[in-house]
Amino acid sequence: MSKLFLKGNEAVAEAAVRGGCRFFAGYPITPQNEIPEYLSKRLPEVGGAFVQGESELASINMVIGASYIGTRAMTSSSGPGLSLMSEGLSTMAATPFPAVILNVMRGGPGTGAIQGAQMDYLQATKAPGHGGFRLLAYAPSTIQEAVDLVYLAFDKAWEYKAPTLVLMDGCIGSLMEPVELPPMKEVQREEYPLYTSPHLNPGNPKRRCSATMITNERDHEDWNRVQAARYATIEKNELRVEEYMMDDAEYVIVAYGTSARVAKSTIRQLRDKGIKVGLIRPITVWPFPYESLRKLDETKVKGILCLELSIPALMVEDVDRGVQGRIPIATYGRAAGIVFSSEEVEEQMMLHIEQDWK
Amino acid sequence: MEKIYKRPEAMQKRPTGYCPGCLHGVANKIICGLIDEFGIVDNTVAVQPIGCGALMCWTTDTDQIISLHGRAPATATGIKRSAPEKFVLVYQGDGDLASIGLAEIMHCANRGENLTVVFVNNSIFGMTGGQMAPTTLMGQKATTAKDGRTPLQGYPMHMCEIINQLTAPVYIERCALDSPAHVLAAEKAIRKGFKNQLENKGFSFIELLSNCPTNWGMSPVKSLEFMRNETMKEFPLGVFRDRSEEV
Ligand SMILES: Cc1ncc(C[n+]2csc(CCOP(=O)(O)OP(=O)(O)O)c2C)c(N)n1
Repeated sequence: MSKLFLKGNEAVAEAAVRGGCRFFAGYPITPQNEIPEYLSKRLPEVGGAFVQGESELASINMVIGASYIGTRAMTSSSGPGLSLMSEGLSTMAATPFPAVILNVMRGGPGTGAIQGAQMDYLQATKAPGHGGFRLLAYAPSTIQEAVDLVYLAFDKAWEYKAPTLVLMDGCIGSLMEPVELPPMKEVQREEYPLYTSPHLNPGNPKRRCSATMITNERDHEDWNRVQAARYATIEKNELRVEEYMMDDAEYVIVAYGTSARVAKSTIRQLRDKGIKVGLIRPITVWPFPYESLRKLDETKVKGILCLELSIPALMVEDVDRGVQGRIPIATYGRAAGIVFSSEEVEEQMMLHIEQDWK
Repeated sequence: MEKIYKRPEAMQKRPTGYCPGCLHGVANKIICGLIDEFGIVDNTVAVQPIGCGALMCWTTDTDQIISLHGRAPATATGIKRSAPEKFVLVYQGDGDLASIGLAEIMHCANRGENLTVVFVNNSIFGMTGGQMAPTTLMGQKATTAKDGRTPLQGYPMHMCEIINQLTAPVYIERCALDSPAHVLAAEKAIRKGFKNQLENKGFSFIELLSNCPTNWGMSPVKSLEFMRNETMKEFPLGVFRDRSEEV
């Protein structure tokens, strides 16, 4: 198949359509605007519907409606918009309603910076909303991977009947790279069973009834257990990680998304100088690849750098949960849309290698 | 013997969850009767609010979804745009529609979504225990307006009149549920709202003035008198727009 030279945001929008997306609602926010712009024209061509929501609150609830009726649906946004969607995400994780949620991350906190950054790690992995729930979350580091993961995210959302997050960063959304697009999938509306139906209308369980409020405590608690079991299955089956040049590594960088791209350049630079560095790159940030860190041999690995486009460091606690204090961990980040160069990261590595990791 | 009055088929065979004297039950019954009349029980999705209106989930024997607080018009938009062949009913209270969900109802109306919205205005937040709503009358007591609503808490919002400023809606009417004659008029209005959607005519908005004996602190009969003497003075009944024949 031939490759096309595409901008990240447009490439993932087309990947969504090919993955069966037939409904999109979203509200403009930089740096993801090309996604709704592209889909506003593209979805009607394939018999789908596009709605520019009046807000992210409305948009996520429109996606809930489309998903309830069985349509493969998606929304995209960036940090502040994801915060507004959090009540909806909590509902979707619970009900559950399958859909793909794209967060093209920008600098935070608050309204923040419109340029790309990686500051929504904790939101994505720990608390995308209230009420305690988990989202399968992919973090692509190239446009090709973003395309493949968005396409996959639709299948996974529908396999688990749960919302699935793709945590891109603004850099990947705005880059242009050659990509191969996946084939067009023809999918029909599919009215999957809803857990709440027999509880809301016991006389007629064939009705599709959905609510996140089940008045019987035991039914509600059972339902919490059903959700917990789903999270456990996803944790067991859906972990993805890339281990790059790890076989003989004496130093390790842990990074995802754009940071991981920079880290790879740094690693090649350092290896040219005879310094053995490897990369652990979470492809899913939830579930997190703790095992890749747990299995590190502390008699060989002398130090770990947790590298993110974020100040403060956000992923470091997960890194340490895998390392369990056996190996020193340093952090380095830039923020507000400033991306570190591979030389800058090399300098950081050398500082630690020559001083505290001796 | 001929049976001339019965429970609508579209109604579940179980007690409603409403308080004694509450008119939500009357509104639900009108809706279920019309679902029977149009023969659409298997094709209806009832999109319900957060608030006492969510207790409709024990009433309608149709597909249904309780949406998030205020977002029923957005949820319904997602359903209808994806499944235009479904009959999608939106049912909302006044806190849900006129306070937290003001943006959603306005934009849904402004897009002229092909939906039927039934808006139950009881001038109070019923479910949470009688706090002030955007529709609470001036001077009316609420648990967050102990001495009655004052100007600093704003004035009653007239949703029919506000929505009537928009271009897209096809049909806007305010009815009341206080008397048999008004209930029949409300049924007629909701019937038109159903018909408009089934004939792809667009957005219909029917407001139903209602009561809340529990939180108003009145007997059901007194609450009906209050509606006639106070509520209807603030919120005049009538058809604000009817373009059903033109579209
Ligand atoms: C986001 C959110 N905020 C607040 C609530 C709490 N809440 C539940 S019902 C309700 C008021 C509903 O009042 P109204 O729409 O007037 O309906 P009624 O109960 O009077 O029929 C509120 C504030 C909620 N469930 N969700």
